[in-house]
Amino acid sequence: MKVGVVTFPGTLDDRDAARAVNAAGASALALWHGDADLMGVDAVVLPGGFSYGDYLRCGAISRFAPVMEKIIDAANGGMPVLGICNGFQVLCEAHLLPGALTRNHELHFLCRDQKLVIENNSTAWTSSYSKGQEIIIPLKNGEGSFQCDDQTLAALESEGRIIARYVGEDPNGSRNLIAGITNERGNVVGLMPHPEHAIDTLTGPSADGIGFFTSVLKAMVK
Amino acid sequence: MGKIIVEVMLKPEILDPQGVAVSAALPRLGFTFAKSVRQGKRFEIEVDGLPTQAQLAEVEKAAEKLLANPVIETFVVKAEK
Repeated sequence: MKVGVVTFPGTLDDRDAARAVNAAGASALALWHGDADLMGVDAVVLPGGFSYGDYLRCGAISRFAPVMEKIIDAANGGMPVLGICNGFQVLCEAHLLPGALTRNHELHFLCRDQKLVIENNSTAWTSSYSKGQEIIIPLKNGEGSFQCDDQTLAALESEGRIIARYVGEDPNGSRNLIAGITNERGNVVGLMPHPEHAIDTLTGPSADGIGFFTSVLKAMVK
Repeated sequence: MGKIIVEVMLKPEILDPQGVAVSAALPRLGFTFAKSVRQGKRFEIEVDGLPTQAQLAEVEKAAEKLLANPVIETFVVKAEK
């Protein structure tokens, strides 16, 4: 199974994302932002970083990259897509996920190991976890405050579309401690913290993050 | 040479931490007039001649699609001579 990892100008975490995909037992394939071609991949990861320098708004320019037009079509057709950090911002800008990510409420760039609780384990990217499982993975962002209107928030809550919440104090001002959400179908997931940096204890605070990547493998085998 | 101006602001219900920080800095400098501050963006788009209605309509579309994110922001398009 092939999982595409997209590189935009300014992407940082594509190598770790590819490493995580391979560690999970899938095969990572590099996708270039300028190519309107998904190279036959079965799923896509939009990694973290500062695509297009975060100019205008985070993810606003990337959203119109040639590869994104293909990804939007494929995601609407059910292909699993995971957006991590900047990738989450791109998915919101592309309207594949509702809401938007804004400046952290205390304005500082955050970089720390963060405890999350998995609340929805029925998506393409979270089935390896149990509901209520707590995990620790790195959180590193300047614009990670999840915002949306009250109606959208109520829908996300009632439909179980909040896949992970921050445990403890709200690190960045996100509404209802939201760390990650999914679309209605459960194939598109956006997550602000970084599971790809926590796939083994040699390089990460835990190996808790690998579950996102093993989940998609299971989703594809089904 | 004419200009089309697009001003983008966060919606009132969206927290604006930058505006809050500016608002907190003002009184430290002795400026006590501000009840609150919100920070936004301004785009200046140059066009040949005076902006036409058609150009303004195009800019309106561009603002909706790219310059602003309607999920969290509002915008105003206007011509400047």
